[in-house]
Amino acid sequence: MDLDPEGLFRDDSDSESEFYQEKDFTKEFVVYLVDASPKMFGAAGSDEDEKTDTHFHVAINCISQSLKAQIIGSSYDEVAVCFFNTKEKKNLQDLNGVYVFNVTDRECLDRPTARLIKEFFYVEDTFMSNIGSRYGIVSGSQENSLYNALWVAQALLRKGSSKSVSKRILLFTNEDDPFGSITGATKTDMIRMTLQRAKDAQDLGISIELLPLSRPDEGFNVSIFYAELLGLEGDEISHFLPSAGEKLEDMTDQLRKRMFKKRKVKTIRFSIANGICIEVNTYALIRSTSPGSIMWLDSITNLPLKTERSFVCADTGALVEEPRIYFHPYKNEIIKFSTDELSKIKKVSNGQLHLLGFKPLDCLKDYHNLRPSTFIFPTDEEVVGSTRIFIALHRSMLRLQRFALAFYGSLYRPQLVALVAQDEITGSSGQVEPPGMHMIYLPYSDDIRHVEELHMSADAIAPRATDDQIKKASALLRRIDLKDFSVCQFTNPALQRHYGILQALALGEDEMPDIKDETLPDEEGLSRPGIVRALQEFKISVYGENYDQEEANAAAAKGCGSEASRKRKAMAETAARESASYDWADLAENGKLKDLTVVELKYYLTAHNLPVTGKKEALISRILTHLGK
Amino acid sequence: MARNKEAVVLLLDVGPSMHSVLPEVERVCSMLVQKKLIFGKSDEVGFVLFGTDDTYNELQKEVGGYEHIVVLRNIGVVDGNAVGFLQNLPRGNFPGDFIDAIVVGIDLLIKKFGPTNKGKQRICLITDAKYPIKEPYEGTKEDQVNTISQMMQTHGIRLDCIVIREKLPGADLRVMEENDSLLDQFSRKAIAKIVHVDSPTSLLGALKTRNISPVTVFRGDLELSSTMKIKVWVYKKTSEEKFPTLKKYSGKAHSSDKFATYEVKVDYEYKSMEDPDKVVPPEQRIRGYRYGPQVVPISSAEWEAVKFKPEKGVKLLGFTDASNILRHYYMKDVYIFIPEPGNQKAIVAVSAIARAMKDMNKSAILRCVWRQGQGNVVIGVLRPNISSVDNIPDSFYFNVLPFVEDVREFQFPSFRSFPSSWQPNEQQQEAADNLVKMLDLTPSEGEEVLQPDYTPNPVLERFYHFLDLKSKQPDADVPPLDRNLRGITEPDPAVFSCHKSVIDNFHKNFELKEKPKKKKSSKRAWRGKPSASSEEEGVDGEASGFQSSNLMKDSSNINVEKIGNLNPVQDFEAMMARRDSSKWVSKAIKEMQNHVSDLLENSYEGDAYSKAIECLLALRKGCILEQEPKEFNRFLLGLYEKWKDTDLANFFELLSSKNITLISQKEAPDSNVTEEDAKNFPVKAELKSQ
Repeated sequence: MDLDPEGLFRDDSDSESEFYQEKDFTKEFVVYLVDASPKMFGAAGSDEDEKTDTHFHVAINCISQSLKAQIIGSSYDEVAVCFFNTKEKKNLQDLNGVYVFNVTDRECLDRPTARLIKEFFYVEDTFMSNIGSRYGIVSGSQENSLYNALWVAQALLRKGSSKSVSKRILLFTNEDDPFGSITGATKTDMIRMTLQRAKDAQDLGISIELLPLSRPDEGFNVSIFYAELLGLEGDEISHFLPSAGEKLEDMTDQLRKRMFKKRKVKTIRFSIANGICIEVNTYALIRSTSPGSIMWLDSITNLPLKTERSFVCADTGALVEEPRIYFHPYKNEIIKFSTDELSKIKKVSNGQLHLLGFKPLDCLKDYHNLRPSTFIFPTDEEVVGSTRIFIALHRSMLRLQRFALAFYGSLYRPQLVALVAQDEITGSSGQVEPPGMHMIYLPYSDDIRHVEELHMSADAIAPRATDDQIKKASALLRRIDLKDFSVCQFTNPALQRHYGILQALALGEDEMPDIKDETLPDEEGLSRPGIVRALQEFKISVYGENYDQEEANAAAAKGCGSEASRKRKAMAETAARESASYDWADLAENGKLKDLTVVELKYYLTAHNLPVTGKKEALISRILTHLGK
Repeated sequence: MARNKEAVVLLLDVGPSMHSVLPEVERVCSMLVQKKLIFGKSDEVGFVLFGTDDTYNELQKEVGGYEHIVVLRNIGVVDGNAVGFLQNLPRGNFPGDFIDAIVVGIDLLIKKFGPTNKGKQRICLITDAKYPIKEPYEGTKEDQVNTISQMMQTHGIRLDCIVIREKLPGADLRVMEENDSLLDQFSRKAIAKIVHVDSPTSLLGALKTRNISPVTVFRGDLELSSTMKIKVWVYKKTSEEKFPTLKKYSGKAHSSDKFATYEVKVDYEYKSMEDPDKVVPPEQRIRGYRYGPQVVPISSAEWEAVKFKPEKGVKLLGFTDASNILRHYYMKDVYIFIPEPGNQKAIVAVSAIARAMKDMNKSAILRCVWRQGQGNVVIGVLRPNISSVDNIPDSFYFNVLPFVEDVREFQFPSFRSFPSSWQPNEQQQEAADNLVKMLDLTPSEGEEVLQPDYTPNPVLERFYHFLDLKSKQPDADVPPLDRNLRGITEPDPAVFSCHKSVIDNFHKNFELKEKPKKKKSSKRAWRGKPSASSEEEGVDGEASGFQSSNLMKDSSNINVEKIGNLNPVQDFEAMMARRDSSKWVSKAIKEMQNHVSDLLENSYEGDAYSKAIECLLALRKGCILEQEPKEFNRFLLGLYEKWKDTDLANFFELLSSKNITLISQKEAPDSNVTEEDAKNFPVKAELKSQ
């Protein structure tokens, strides 16, 4: 069996993996710190109907999705989930109001497992009975659940060096004023302690990120408390978060996007002219996700196998070292190349992006594509002034409707690229398209095929649609319109099924999950009378009235068209007719079959679709078997 | 293989006006033949030259006329000699007549194949069509073309014609127009394709050098709904031509072994972890799929039973505004949907939808399962492709779109939120506007520059060129990139110098500073892009003065810790001047040495020499000041030893003219080189080292 017959999920060569994988392999440790105070369980929407959705639910949902994405992305990131403002406590320090959620066979901070995802998904159902919710900071008590939570999170993140791992605490809360309920010296004291705790964590290389949840009618005021905790200043506060969306889904979307950590592919130099050379980061925003690589296991022990590679000389059978010389047959000779020479051939440029000029956007044709694009965004990290130049060019290109043609001398495949400026697009759920340029890999003439010309005939002029036909087609287009279609609104059914099966097997479940294929056309919508009428009108206009009939006839003609099949049919008919004139059961009963000729016996066999080969005895016994004797 | 066997006759114009582009003609034709030697060993080729001094063709012998046409090689299966023929084309001194040449080409094909081999015969004509063709004996030139077209059609011969015209003044426009219209007549009357190119680079890309017979990905219905279907065939429109896969070489075979393959096979063995000596046989292996930290074993049979199995079919999901699908979401190589050949109704139906889509600026979204048993579905966007040629039907292009899982929604800061110091001011914006406007690759007169359709892959060009070179000269070095191919990888100096004022203005308006590197950052980041800016300067020559003055400002008050690429000399001097630690001097010297080495290593035809000399001068001065003459002398001698036998040797000649010698005892007492020895470098060094 070939799992992936088309190789759609597979990279063709080793070198290609450079393109598809990100260089930035830093691991990430994340603690999801979720406020579980009663306020989180209040209705989230302003709308009465949305009562069922709580902020707590939104947070759980986001984390669930992110965990799933992590497991599919087969990342080595490690996560922990921790609630605070809980009734029960569960943590190493035995602090009140903090509950670290975990499942069996797993460290508190570890890679997500199938079980974690599954149990976490249902955590809400039993939350009240098992963990419970209550305000952790109340007047008259010295308890400070936020402080405790940060402490626990910091302790969870103790493992691993901050140099090789990026450590983050993601804090979900809808309380912008956690110490609002208390007053006086206790309050200042508690605030000071909490801020100190956060600062300590940040000094240890842990970044704290806030994912505030809010209701449309009461915004989340960062400046009351959290700005100081996060270390935001001046403008940063106002830019911190666009006001919460109108709809809850938008907020979910926003939170989900903010949970990702940007990972760049690499930093490259973009040389513009005369030694003006700016720096840009490249990001792989769009890459096909594959079901991941397989591992060979021993089917008896289920333990992984070690793969050993050896090189064998095909002529002598001797084991050899990994060769440094390659060859290509040419003119009945063998032309040898060293690896050095090969890499020299491939190196036609110095790995940079070289601007060659600009072209109007309509020069970029629909067939000028080979691979997913790469996003570029300027950086001033090493070359100060890069961003300014980039922004200026970006604006000019947008205004003048042009793209930049450049040569990208990557080692994998040096090639021409189109840099298309993309303006920032924001929607109700925040940023939809980031501002920057998309690098589109252009084909060479060697890569373009002139298929259209393949079936060209010299004398026949290809018919074109008439205006009326085009009008009918336009009417159809208007009918079957996907108004708010957005790219990537579909999940990949093959991948979903793949992971659904894996999850079920990993948890030892027998039931295979049923994955809905979202990519099927909307049959119901297409059968609406308006659409059916438009389709019918278009069909008649281009095909004529009796198309289906003609097609059926053509198909039928094809079916019984051939000489051989007609003959076969005729034979079967005669056989059936002839066969009917014998009383087979009687003949068989009296053992008279052997008196018949082979031709006569074959009538029966043909009429009953039995094989007609073999000697007379074989035919007779076949008839007897068929008659059930 | 033989099914795809084709016969090609190359008709090459070698008349006087073609001489300037003949090197490229030789190159592209050799490439065609070379690829045939590798991919189409049974293909047949023939070469005909016209505009030659001599005349040698059968038609001339049989019926007279047809002068200045030479059949260089009759049609025959490709062999190694065929490449040789094309690499030294004779330059002719007579105006070529391409119509006569076509007739000779057809004659060759007819004599060779008669009525057989229809549809697999091709004539490739490369000419500039600048000279008038002869008046025929009877009828008009148009009649003649008609007769020839008729003949080509009955024999199933295709014509590919490349007209190469660089922007040359003084050509006879009237003649060219007449010729062009005659050629166009071919494309109407016969199966012919006429391509106009105006640069040698495009010429290299204009001829299809490899004959790939396309296969359909899908044949069947494009289902608009369950009742309305259009019969289509789907092909790949683009597909990357990969660098050839080379075989691993083993020299172990005995020299007398005539059947040696010299190949190395790779064997994989799967061994159990516990017992490294135990090899696990294939039937005892089972696939394991990762799921987080777990590995889930599933046998092939189990997997087959549960996996996703969509039904074959191409279904429409709906139409949507083209603006809803941004260009950068296209995921893969491109497909083309053509209506079933010969099916008039399908052709009209596709045409109607394509034209309606074009008029309304709509795209269609499709769900495709190309084959039964395919394990996944493809969602993609269909765009109209309105044909501009009468005998080619309208069609669609299809691009694959991503699924949710394929997109990473990273958030980036808005440009507006950046500090004002990062925002361009009005003047800077204007400079950028001008740059974008002026560096235009679609000149109003002439063809679009570097069209993907006519741009060859420089790496493949170089590989095949080198392959042929090596077959003659096994120890040959990798040749530098051809001048015309460099036009693809680097900006065209002509365009850039033509708009020098715009570029200079842009340059003046923006300031770039290289930040001192933090110590922590690894050295790796710097490798691979040394000499970056210097190479640019090498190309643009005179502009370098500007740059250093522009960039100098800040390096003085920052403690430089690293020699950067933008202004290495200043960095070096700043580092040498640092007094906070003694290590800086040695570090500066070391880094400068590396920088010079990098420059030279990456220099191409001396483009980095001036920069390298500047750096060497600074290094020399610094070493004298800091009393480190040995460092410098050792380095210079090392450089010389390393590169004296390469094409960098001329660099050392340049050195003496710039007074860069070894540091003598007179200049620095620590040196052990006499003044005379120093002067005689590099001549003396040679003697010394021997």
